[in-house]
Amino acid sequence: MTGAWFTQVLGSCAGVLILTAVLQLWRRSLSGSVTLLALQGAALAALIGTIGVAAADPELIGVAVLVLAIKAVAIPIVLGRTAAATGARREDAPRINPTAALLLSAVLTTVAYLASRPILGAAPDAAQRAVPVGIAVVLIGFLLLLTRRQAISQLIGFVVLDNGIAMIALLTAGGVPLVVELGVSLDVLLVVLILRVLTGRLQHVFGATDLDDLTELHD
Amino acid sequence: MSATVTTMLLVAVQCGLLLVLAPVLVGLMRQVRARLEGRAGAGVLQPWRDLAKLARKEPLRAPGVRFGGALPVLLMGASLLLVALLPLLQTATLVAVPEDLFVVVSVLLLGTVAIALLGLDSGTAFGGMGASRHMTVAALVEPTILVAVYALSIPVGTSNLSAIVSARLDHPATVVAPVSLLALVALFIVVIAETGRLPVDNPSTHLELTMIHEAMILESSGRDLGWVEYASWLRLGALLALVANLAAPWGVVQHLDVLAVLIAMVALVLKVAVLGAAIASGEVFLAKLRLFRVPELLAGSFVLAFLAVTASYLTV
Repeated sequence: MTGAWFTQVLGSCAGVLILTAVLQLWRRSLSGSVTLLALQGAALAALIGTIGVAAADPELIGVAVLVLAIKAVAIPIVLGRTAAATGARREDAPRINPTAALLLSAVLTTVAYLASRPILGAAPDAAQRAVPVGIAVVLIGFLLLLTRRQAISQLIGFVVLDNGIAMIALLTAGGVPLVVELGVSLDVLLVVLILRVLTGRLQHVFGATDLDDLTELHD
Repeated sequence: MSATVTTMLLVAVQCGLLLVLAPVLVGLMRQVRARLEGRAGAGVLQPWRDLAKLARKEPLRAPGVRFGGALPVLLMGASLLLVALLPLLQTATLVAVPEDLFVVVSVLLLGTVAIALLGLDSGTAFGGMGASRHMTVAALVEPTILVAVYALSIPVGTSNLSAIVSARLDHPATVVAPVSLLALVALFIVVIAETGRLPVDNPSTHLELTMIHEAMILESSGRDLGWVEYASWLRLGALLALVANLAAPWGVVQHLDVLAVLIAMVALVLKVAVLGAAIASGEVFLAKLRLFRVPELLAGSFVLAFLAVTASYLTV
């Protein structure tokens, strides 16, 4: 069941995943970033679903539905509400400017391709050939985490990182058991919820959600 | 009739068609924009009337201008050469003339340098400023054009533009592949930047401080201005036609046949008209980007092209 359509759909999903990760670096408005994150979650779910259908594995299709529900619907809604509640609209001053970040993402993609060469072996199949894209998504997620100042955009960077890890796990292991994926996804959702509360506290204390304000310890 | 002679005839037909249609295309874009903004518009033939008027007028040149009338003619020559090199109507190639991607980009750059020199030559502040901005944009645009078309050339295995269009015609599946879409979007953005359309440059601006293209031709007048305008329009027509042909290669002639050439001409006119009208209607909703954010847009399109290249190694 690894026909031409499989390669084509797999390639498209991987393309959307990396494209949404790169566009995250470009967009400054938080609502735009949240929309991109939802799109990325949907692409990840579609990727898992494609592999599930190709392998005729009902458990993987279940995982795909779960990922769709959590990463394309639940997390973006929570993040969107947090952004609305704290009144944060834009990522105003990322640590490096978008032009440099975009060029850096090109470098990171190259690094991902070079680094994954030993993992892939001599004759990778269609799924394995998409592994470098997963590594690139992880690296871009790290970049987002490092360069953003707003709490919500850092959260978005964290979820992008997690999407990349899920993609690599799926593509190298050829599928993830439902229990494991359930645990990981709910974990991420929990982290997002806790950080949402923290962001609310931050807003309450400092009047902004800029993490650079957190420089001193208080009791 | 030998193959070389027919190919040369086809190239001549292609140049003639673009020469006639480029001002009409600009007129069409202005007309679409005018209608969408609720104005009557001057009609699609207005650029031709402007050209006819300018051709009759004597150019005024400031004392101390070195190159005078030579640069507009050089610009026109570069644009015409560009039209002749691109596979717009036919995919036949002349053996003696390399239609290679790198040759095409260098011809494009020749025109860019000519118009920048024209801006500098007049010795005014705005001309120099426009030239400096134009070269900045050009320096960011050229690598993206190269990388984007390189991404399209990987499945074909050659950087010959005719061969790329021909291969896309033979395998329609490659046209909608993700790689080709990424590369086309990147190419489209840089063509917009290179031809000075919104959001990089406003072609109908009257505010000198925001001008790029207009600032360089501010001091040209009469015949000189006519040549410069004509050459810029020709360049816009040629680049839009190239994007249209890469996005929808149908109608391009592969075998020599009078009927097929006529169909190709109609198809080319339709494709370019649709693309031009789409750009003009998109421009109604756009404001000019701040100059300092232009590199951001172009870096974005470079990354798209770069991802297209990496992804095309992924899917081969």
